Amino acid sequence: MADDKTSVDRRGFLKYAATGAVAAAVPNSMHAQEHDHDHDHDHDHQVVPSDPALRTKALESLLVEKGLVDRAALDALVDAYENKIGPRNGARVVARAWVDSAYKERLLNNAPAAIAELGYGAVQDEHLVVLENGPRVHNLVVCTLCSCYPWPMLGLPPVWYKSAPYRSRAVIDPRGVLREFGLELPEDVEVRVSDSTAEVRYLVLPERPAGTEKMTEEELAALVTRDAMIGAAKIEPPPGGKA
Amino acid sequence: MNGIHDMGGMQDMGPIQPEKNEPVFHQAWEGRMAAINRAIGAWGKWSLDASRHGIEILPPADYLRMSYYEKWLTRNVELLVKRGMVTREEIETGKPAPGSQKATPPLTAAAVPAVAGRRGNFMRPEAEATARFEVGQNVRARNMNPVGHTRLPRYARGKKGTIVRHHGIFVFPDTNAHFLGEQPQHLYSVRFSARELWGDDASPRDSVYIDMWDSYLDHA
Repeated sequence: MADDKTSVDRRGFLKYAATGAVAAAVPNSMHAQEHDHDHDHDHDHQVVPSDPALRTKALESLLVEKGLVDRAALDALVDAYENKIGPRNGARVVARAWVDSAYKERLLNNAPAAIAELGYGAVQDEHLVVLENGPRVHNLVVCTLCSCYPWPMLGLPPVWYKSAPYRSRAVIDPRGVLREFGLELPEDVEVRVSDSTAEVRYLVLPERPAGTEKMTEEELAALVTRDAMIGAAKIEPPPGGKA
Repeated sequence: MNGIHDMGGMQDMGPIQPEKNEPVFHQAWEGRMAAINRAIGAWGKWSLDASRHGIEILPPADYLRMSYYEKWLTRNVELLVKRGMVTREEIETGKPAPGSQKATPPLTAAAVPAVAGRRGNFMRPEAEATARFEVGQNVRARNMNPVGHTRLPRYARGKKGTIVRHHGIFVFPDTNAHFLGEQPQHLYSVRFSARELWGDDASPRDSVYIDMWDSYLDHA
């Protein structure tokens, strides 16, 4: 348990407390401050009798023993989440749309078919819709009711996307939310917020930055950020590129 | 259910705090929980809608206090017990009940790459369902307050909008979450102006697009 006990220091606690990101770890953190030594957590003044790390471990053992889950499958799933699915998939799609206007049209009209062209055929039934950002229109995606997010294109969502502050305010004050991300939108830009209430998933096609005309598709893909594909950011021109 | 999960339009929840170079999981157990969630889902004993509802019915104070994966843990234990896959006693002891049969997991490591990021298909193009609306029509979201699962957020109820896209026929969460069948319906994207939702202080240009099932809507 040493890793769990020490992974969230006081600063980390303060940083994430507002989002609830490490709410589960907070008692551990406080516990560690009270008892700055290694020991088991089973003595009588334990602060948290059942922390989620221990409960998860116990649940996994039980499910494996009962044959309800296969431990190797769990290992493979963790590996997939951490290393296989992620925003690089979405970035490839965006870069292709930037260099190939016919592809962009297909992507905006029928995203599942267009992403299948790039070899993502397995996710064709993900009901993906791509929304284009430009100088006049800015799209922002949220899920106010839970945490719906285009996993095959972007991987698992970041903590801020799942947090109460973002989910609550993105629909009522999108400009204020974007300001917190450092993006100030002019009054004459139309802001469209998509609330993912169904099984349709939304991916934002960000505006291609100036100064990238000579870049290859691969170089362009490297510029594309996760936040820009949610609509929480624009894509910065590359260093050295003309603004 | 008018629960704490229905957060759209609430204020004063604190600043948004993006984390630079955020890891996929902050602690190892979160990854195990995400994996367990997917692996037990493969049994097909509950739908995605039922699992969402399992989060919504957490006590509101717990919902706000718990981390994301702690909610998953609590929800999954409840679903496993409710669907008879484990007993409360087994959860408490951490051991299979004496004499219980060992099952064969439906999800193997070899199958993981094909399913890891996927949720399944919720479109039901063959289902019999009437589309009461078409693109361009004005609609009003119904003022309804069901005590069960719904995907009609409170902030849109009673508000007037326009159908901007027809998505097709989809599983209906309000019944499916309660094991009452998929009862598929037509699904639309409805555009609501920010002023309709939030009043005259909102930007005249801005809008919110919400996906809504046929029975959430009336003609306006």
